[in-house]
Amino acid sequence: MSDGVNPNNSKSEQASSAPLLEVRNLKKYFPIYKGLMRRVVNHVRAVDDVSFFVREGETLGLVGESGCGKTTVSRCILRAHPPTSGQILFREADGTVTDLAPLDRKELARFRPQMQMIFQDPYGSLNPRMTIFDIISEPLYVNGVKSRAQRSEMVAELLKLVGLRPEYMQRYPHAFSGGQRQRIGIARALALKPRLIVADEPVSALDVSVQAQVLNLMLELQEKFNLTYLFVAHDLSVVKHICDRVAVMYVGKVVELASTEELFETPRHPYTAALMTAVPVPDPTRRDIIQDLPGEVASPANPPSGCYFHPRCKYAESICSTQTPDLREITPGHYVSCHRAEELQLAGISGHKVGISS
Amino acid sequence: MNGIENNVLQPEGHNQPQITEADALVDTEELLITTQEEERISVASNWKLVWWRFRKNKLAVISAILLLFFSIVVLVPDFFSTHDPEATNARLAFIPIQNIHLIDEGRLRPWVPAVSGERDPVTLAMVWKIDETQKIYIRFFARGYPYKILNLIETDIHLVGTVDPEQSDQIFLLGTDRLGRDQFSRLAHATRISMTIGMASVILSVILGMVLGGISGYFGGWVDNFIQRLIELLQSLPTIPIWLALTAALPRTWSPEKVFFAITIILALRGWTTLAREVRGRFLSLREEDFILAAELAGCSRWRVILVHMIPTFTSHIIATSTLSIPVMIVTETSLSYLGLGLRPPAISWGVMLQEAQNIQTLALAPWLLIPGLTVIIAVLAFNLVGDGLRDAADPYS
Amino acid sequence: MPIISKLVNNTVAKTGITSAPPGPNDPLLRVEDLRAYFYMDEGIVKAVDGVSFEVHPGKVVGIVGESGCGKSVTMKAILQILEPTAKIVSGKVSLRMRTGSDDPNSAEEWIELTRQKPNSRIMRRIRGAEIALIPQEPMAAFSPVHTVGNQIMETILLHRKVSKAEARQIAIDVFRAVGISMPEQRIDSYSWELSGGLRQRAIIAMALSCNPRLLIADEPTTAIDVTTQAQILKLLRRLQEERQTSIIFITHDLGVIAQMADEVVVMYLGMVMERGPVMTIFKDARHPYTQALLRSIPSVQSTPRVKLPTIAGSIAHPFNRPSGCPFHPRCTRFMRGVCNTAEPRMIPLGDNHFVNCFLYSQETAPAADTAAPAAPTEQSA
Repeated sequence: MSDGVNPNNSKSEQASSAPLLEVRNLKKYFPIYKGLMRRVVNHVRAVDDVSFFVREGETLGLVGESGCGKTTVSRCILRAHPPTSGQILFREADGTVTDLAPLDRKELARFRPQMQMIFQDPYGSLNPRMTIFDIISEPLYVNGVKSRAQRSEMVAELLKLVGLRPEYMQRYPHAFSGGQRQRIGIARALALKPRLIVADEPVSALDVSVQAQVLNLMLELQEKFNLTYLFVAHDLSVVKHICDRVAVMYVGKVVELASTEELFETPRHPYTAALMTAVPVPDPTRRDIIQDLPGEVASPANPPSGCYFHPRCKYAESICSTQTPDLREITPGHYVSCHRAEELQLAGISGHKVGISS
Repeated sequence: MNGIENNVLQPEGHNQPQITEADALVDTEELLITTQEEERISVASNWKLVWWRFRKNKLAVISAILLLFFSIVVLVPDFFSTHDPEATNARLAFIPIQNIHLIDEGRLRPWVPAVSGERDPVTLAMVWKIDETQKIYIRFFARGYPYKILNLIETDIHLVGTVDPEQSDQIFLLGTDRLGRDQFSRLAHATRISMTIGMASVILSVILGMVLGGISGYFGGWVDNFIQRLIELLQSLPTIPIWLALTAALPRTWSPEKVFFAITIILALRGWTTLAREVRGRFLSLREEDFILAAELAGCSRWRVILVHMIPTFTSHIIATSTLSIPVMIVTETSLSYLGLGLRPPAISWGVMLQEAQNIQTLALAPWLLIPGLTVIIAVLAFNLVGDGLRDAADPYS
Repeated sequence: MPIISKLVNNTVAKTGITSAPPGPNDPLLRVEDLRAYFYMDEGIVKAVDGVSFEVHPGKVVGIVGESGCGKSVTMKAILQILEPTAKIVSGKVSLRMRTGSDDPNSAEEWIELTRQKPNSRIMRRIRGAEIALIPQEPMAAFSPVHTVGNQIMETILLHRKVSKAEARQIAIDVFRAVGISMPEQRIDSYSWELSGGLRQRAIIAMALSCNPRLLIADEPTTAIDVTTQAQILKLLRRLQEERQTSIIFITHDLGVIAQMADEVVVMYLGMVMERGPVMTIFKDARHPYTQALLRSIPSVQSTPRVKLPTIAGSIAHPFNRPSGCPFHPRCTRFMRGVCNTAEPRMIPLGDNHFVNCFLYSQETAPAADTAAPAAPTEQSA
């Protein structure tokens, strides 16, 4: 078991401020049943010992391909699922730190206003039978604001914040486009003035020109309200644009965690480097940069032994198939989970190679 | 470069009539819907949309109007009657339908031939038959026997009656049966009972189905398991023998109201299972929806999530399916009563009326006794068409 | 095949197409002013309203556009697989067709696809054998109750005169060609047994099985992971080079376009806004929409956490297409009285670069800035 990512142990200078959210050794396994008596034969290790922290006011990106567990992590943090094990430490405004993992429904109730979510699908995240007013004021109503007049005013404010006309609050979701619905979802998330917002692929389902609008809005709101974002995405360009730090996940584990610039310029994990080069660059003069990664993404129900990435890794050695590497701090603030991290020279976005020669 | 403010490429030279404070906001959206038509659509709740779609289906609309008419009959059957439905008159048995003639001596004056009696010279029995020479004039909104609308307002106005109130009990617009009871009035009263039984048992099934299906789907686990096995058990029992057995077991001494109640429950006991399955399916799929998670994250209690967020998404579907179950109930009750196992006289339903038409002799002699069958067909068709129309209109493809 | 040529000749004669045979420099597919409208209760949707472009042999044409631009409908119109509510209203789609099916050196003829009935023999022959479609959703494109081998063999047997055993061998070979390991076993699996990447390769195999000269790839990499996408793109490039297949590549991802396309067609609300060689489009885009689009996408090369320039407003609803140029309500260079009154025409700018904008036509160009090129298309890293 890794000693985890502990901001207090970090050699980085910025780590002195206590984080808003810290996840320690989080695990979420889903049982697989078989047979008439529904015996548990195996588990899908959706989240397999994940640790990271997020400071107040920053944006942490959670990147990975399908099956890597990033969505499950985001939902565990918000306690939509109870985690199998691990700790979810949340620091409130007055400084008290609570572990959300073991809490029950009633105890969680007071944390709900402080952490909200923005969803991926603009069509599935709004109840088609409720007006925009109903949708956005629901969190307000449930948390004590019963007066309709008061809620109306608050909803109008929220709509203006996200760039929509307040007089449209009597409309139903079917009247709005994808980008507008996403704004409505953002307004709903802001209603309770949360400190942490988990954004689960908020722009993946939108048209390209609309993505920029929503990303700009999110940046603006973050500045205004000192919001903290956990930004789950699969699109590296979006992640580079909006995140301060990025965690790369593969089959339920964090393989690398670093500041955005460091991750993109000097990746230390072979998977990260492969992801960088796989992203098609919108520049026709740089055509032959696509390098592919052989094989398929490993299955979280049946991961390979040792390092989960070793069957596809061109730098794999014998130790990689027997021992799972820990997530350790290789340079201040930069964590990698790879046996050969120090020796490897990997190309980043600009094609630079760094690292001590092997 | 001109035109870029705050990193938004502002359109130049536009005359945007609707700009107000929207200009001051960065990244504003000009909502694209501006015409009146679209304004209507965008604030239309789901029910409005369903209604607009339903309206396009002409057949369904006609059936709905028909059902509306039926409902009025259900509410005030006496208005549509000419006689007390239970009044018997042995002398007037098996009178055929008296044709309504519209023209009398060149003028529009509807009349009905009277029934007169003659002594048969051979058997010395009185033979009553239609005498075309004697005319009884009829009119709409005539005075007849007194009754109370919904047990509140007293009146004696009926839809159809005679011009001369003294003759009011001499017209038999749909003939009489073997006991001399006027079929027209009986039909009106039978409509009330048959339709109400159908709707009452469907309402009961819906309640049972939604509650049990909802619990099953939302909570899962062993509760779900138990309820599903119960449903399977109930569905595997053969319906007709069960119904026959249960209704036959009802004591003969029970009053008609009690029997009515019992029949409603018996019919509903089988009807809730299909709906419960559907509701459970909906709950299972809704649990995964993002907007439900959003409601939970906002802090909604479990009940609020179910009642305010989940159920409204499929109420239109439930209404459509229930409408389609009503004809099944109507036909079942009619069949049971026809066999003598359901409602019994003095209760009047279509099935009870059809009981009189059971043997060939009676049918040969008085074929008009089958008219209640026609009403069953019309009612069932109408419900089916409306139910289909509702289901198509409620289909959430928008 | 003599029967096929006779059939083709008959059809050609009946439809009275030009009899001049295509020359070596002619495009493989030519779309001229295609218009396809949807007739619905609520009104007419002009999904494709005057689209023209050409596809040359062995080249990749990338069609870029956002939702509602009509790119998928254009492809369906070319293949005549439109929904019943849609109709091709006008325009011409000409295909250089081989009269001898398997012989690459056989004589060619122009076929006007728009004049054919959707269910005619000739269209069915073209679909699969001359033009193949790689659909967007690999899962939805395969039948769940047949093995993938079965489905590929069905396609092969429909178009080529081979035995079942031979068809199976061809299927195995094409599986190998697209990089599926253990093709003999994989051919008997069901589509849901395959992972996303394998399914996509299987779809490509099915499309290639009859050696079409034109492949239409409708967002083939949208539904898959980025590393799988890289594999598929590399595969498509290799196959294209080996077999000299032309590809029409539909996507909204400008990165993919930059990597794959030789020519780019930019569409918006049913019309072509700009088209030209890929270098020209990316380095010297002239249409305000293209320029804005290129600037608004985040890329791994751009400066982080800087607000991206966006296009004001949102895409109009297809029922509500703006009059004149469909982009004018959101355009920074809008000219009142010009852009909202008439539809612009395609203006040639030389070197196969066309732009559909009043800014560049002689009569309506604004005084000073016709010659002004676009702002740089990338933000500096």
